[in-house]
Amino acid sequence: MAEAHPVGFQWVMEAKRRGAKVFHVDPRFTRTSAVADSYLPIRAGTDIALLGGVVRYILDNELDFREYVLSYTNAATIVSEEFSDTEDGDGFFSGFDPETGTYVQDSWQYEGNEGSSGSGHTAKERDSASGLEHESHGAQVDGDTPRDETLQHPRCVYQILKRHFARYTPEMVERVCGIPQDKFLELAEAWTRNSGRERTGMLIYSVGWTQHSVGVQYIRTGAIIQLLLGNMGRPGGGVMALRGHASIQGSTDIPTLFNLLPGYLPMPHHADHPTFDEWVDSIRHPGQKGFWGNAGSFAASLLKAYWGDAATPENDYCYGYMPRMTGDHGTYQQVLNMIDGKIKGYFLLGQNPAVGSAHGRAQRLGMANLDWLVVRDLFMIESATFWQNGPEVATGEIVPEECRTEVFFLPAASHVEKEGTFTQTQRLLQWREKAVEPPGDARSELWFFYHLGRKLREKLADSPLPRDRALLDLTWDYPTHGPLAEPSAESVLREINGYDVATGRPLSSFAEARADGSTAIGCWIYTGVYADGVNQAARRKSRHEQDWVAAEWGWAWPANRRILYNRASADPDGNPWSERKRYVWWDAEKGEWTGYDVPDFEKTKPPSYRPPPGASGTEGIAGDDPFIMQGDGKGWLYAPSGVLDGPLPTHYEPVESPVRNPLYGQQANPTRKMYAHPVNSVNPSPPEQHSQVFPYVFTVSRLTEHHTAGAMSRTVSPLAELQPEMFVEVSPELAVERGLAHLGWAHLVSGRAVIEAKVLVTDRLTPLRVEDRLIHQVWLPYHFGFEGLVTGDSANDLFGISLDPNVLIQESKVGTCDVRPGRRPTGPALLDLVADYQRRAGINPGHNAPAVTTDSEGKEQGAS
Amino acid sequence: MGLRTFIEGWPVYRQLTGTDPLGRGAAAKSDGSRALTARTDTADSMARSVCPYCAVGCGQRVFVKDGQVSQIEGDPDSPISRGRLCPKGAASKSLVTSPLRQTTVRYRRPYSTQWEDLELDTALDMIADRMLAAREQTWEDVDTQGRPLNRTLGFSSLGGATLDNEENYLIKKLFTAMGALQIENQARI
Ligand code: SF4
Repeated sequence: MAEAHPVGFQWVMEAKRRGAKVFHVDPRFTRTSAVADSYLPIRAGTDIALLGGVVRYILDNELDFREYVLSYTNAATIVSEEFSDTEDGDGFFSGFDPETGTYVQDSWQYEGNEGSSGSGHTAKERDSASGLEHESHGAQVDGDTPRDETLQHPRCVYQILKRHFARYTPEMVERVCGIPQDKFLELAEAWTRNSGRERTGMLIYSVGWTQHSVGVQYIRTGAIIQLLLGNMGRPGGGVMALRGHASIQGSTDIPTLFNLLPGYLPMPHHADHPTFDEWVDSIRHPGQKGFWGNAGSFAASLLKAYWGDAATPENDYCYGYMPRMTGDHGTYQQVLNMIDGKIKGYFLLGQNPAVGSAHGRAQRLGMANLDWLVVRDLFMIESATFWQNGPEVATGEIVPEECRTEVFFLPAASHVEKEGTFTQTQRLLQWREKAVEPPGDARSELWFFYHLGRKLREKLADSPLPRDRALLDLTWDYPTHGPLAEPSAESVLREINGYDVATGRPLSSFAEARADGSTAIGCWIYTGVYADGVNQAARRKSRHEQDWVAAEWGWAWPANRRILYNRASADPDGNPWSERKRYVWWDAEKGEWTGYDVPDFEKTKPPSYRPPPGASGTEGIAGDDPFIMQGDGKGWLYAPSGVLDGPLPTHYEPVESPVRNPLYGQQANPTRKMYAHPVNSVNPSPPEQHSQVFPYVFTVSRLTEHHTAGAMSRTVSPLAELQPEMFVEVSPELAVERGLAHLGWAHLVSGRAVIEAKVLVTDRLTPLRVEDRLIHQVWLPYHFGFEGLVTGDSANDLFGISLDPNVLIQESKVGTCDVRPGRRPTGPALLDLVADYQRRAGINPGHNAPAVTTDSEGKEQGAS
Repeated sequence: MGLRTFIEGWPVYRQLTGTDPLGRGAAAKSDGSRALTARTDTADSMARSVCPYCAVGCGQRVFVKDGQVSQIEGDPDSPISRGRLCPKGAASKSLVTSPLRQTTVRYRRPYSTQWEDLELDTALDMIADRMLAAREQTWEDVDTQGRPLNRTLGFSSLGGATLDNEENYLIKKLFTAMGALQIENQARI
């Protein structure tokens, strides 16, 4: 965090000054480790084993915050008799379908709800990354569920959890992660001691957790711990995603993602959502408790914002205009389709996949096989010049005279040359004022897309084709201003906020959304950002003039609420858990919830409220159910649906690992998304043969001085000067083993690529003892490419394409490679070297590694 | 120079007698540094902004002189950053004023070995034509069972995460209305 989010890290130091103990878990000793109280080196890709060890420690020692756990989580809920755990299935839960490599979730349900998993078979969910829909709400579950408040029932969640993690002992943590037992116990003890009524602990993660084939389950494990310790919905608690880009949270909320619409509404699927009503019902789940009961209003209001007067209740608000998904249309599938010649054009908007995405060669080969490519950026990036300067030009795979891709480079406006909002990592929207005009032809994306849309509509104005109606009926009349005819970002923000159609009055809250066409809302979770016609995101009341919650700085979704589910900061009766941790509480005199933040609960629903039998929607949420977006109002220790690779997290090895899974016969996540394509491959891992061809683990991350694919830092002289060269960090032991000289060269080989880097021999990396062998890990920054002031080979070239099944994010934090002294070969000799490694490793490009690995050998080890 | 002026010229004297006992501000100033004025004092205007790099969202103050960015500093009012910027945020001025920035449209014809110039409006027009053509060639009305698809898989988009919310909103809205499904973002990566 000190390295990648330096200014955010000041708060960790602030906490440390007040007595907090800081633990840093990382494969490499970093600037964060340097100021932490304890540093735990870990084998990359084994976090579930570590966190699972903490869960076991909590349960075995009964250190959970019992009152919180009983009232606010599903610990007491009883699970179906049909459910069987990975402990009994050698790494598989019940319901696995080897044909598709996905689960049927019926047996994971709560008792009596077996038929209502909704999703049922999850192959489709995986292709459409439907896990992402749950960023703002839980998955479907019936409201009325059997419970055992004594937590003794063998099939209650608490007992299932206990059995599931029983083998995640300190010894096992050491065996899997390479973390010494005393270090682990120090962490577990401090974490649990710092939780309860008087204290809270926070968990912070970043893409070191998400970019894995089991990424979502990493975060689930963290969430289980935080629920067990009563750290959710309370000040100083929570699970915080430290996101990596100025508005990456905004890019998820108002998604430019294939499977989502604004506010986490799903993009319609051709088979599941043929009609408006089926689409809405799939979101609101009739009969379910919680706030998603209003989904129809959000959905109708979005379509109303898109298609204005043309959208009426009679025509289902033009639902028929919506394009439909049929499967996986994600960025990696797209790139493979480009290589196969199925895609003609590509827009890159401030993004540099030639360096920033996994499997750089596949990215560049894809771009070289397009009809046209539009690159909008501040700088001439690698993704614009791959046809001229890319590594494949050197190897002869791309010949400029034979490459047909027509490239448009359009300069973009910088963040000071336009106005608009970023949503930072705590869901806080901050408006930026414009300081200067953009230079020359540089324009904002707002300008580009507004005027592009205008032109497209002009060109189609006389079209009789039904398919052009959606474009022609679109509301696209934003006022423009200034010499460049810049569209008004405030008018767009106003539409995002939503308005009353008849009067144009901006809405104040998403509770005002209606399903009758009387409201239009571009993104319902952002409603309120333009309340009273005032740009709330532009608020800049100094921190010196307000309390520590700073509610008048910017605006946070939803409803300017700074901590989600903050009803949990009070006990079931509505009183603060403790004076120290007072945040939101029930004021019995006034009959309302009050506190420092906007209460995340119906304002006047008393703690004593109990829903009438059969109640659904918001009515079904009891006065002591803080998790109001969940179908049962509870925090989920166990997820009966919604998570495609299991109701509980399980340790699987990374897709590429030198180690046989010590816990189960099943080696890697059996539900991961794989692509059998000639350009893609996976290095062998046990129990497959030849894993020793790639004996070392590599991991990548950021340097303080650079930013992602380098377009905004390798082009900026002070930053380029601070980190001028691509390098690889290796331990002194590995340097001896492989004959690497400090400040000399090394090259790294995977089944996809070979890259070179300067060698930094340092004890920031240390070999780990895992299962009686030494595992060497090397570390690389992933910022380098072949353009800019400072250049170097791209670490992402080493990775293949394997994705997490829930969200289709690639495993690009861990892979295997060989490390060799000296510079890499150039030209065709480079391809020969990769081919030689592929041959020795028995890699057969275009074929997937086996998903199921519970062979006899696995069984033996899995049982140990 | 009188003795008194001489003694008062000593930084340590000023440090001991003045308002700057730690000797980090006024007491340590030389005649040379006293004569300097901060770029922030002479700016024509100041815009409240946000750092464009990571998602911490540090506040920035962007100072403008003669229509050019003259300085970018941390915003001391921000409850998030309390005026601080990391090396990247502090290099923001170098980012927006970098001589490497492209300020004109560049165009590479198929099979060409070089870039050419192109008018912005022409480029926009050519891009619109190509989108419509790709859409035309790849349009899918219905699936094999006659259920609506209303889409094109003929072109795609990958956006960075320094796009404003308003920009993302228009991108998604326009693509969706064109039936273009394949729209992705760094948020997937
Ligand atoms: S100044 Fe540094 S920590 Fe702050 S937002 Fe910018 S990059 Fe992130």
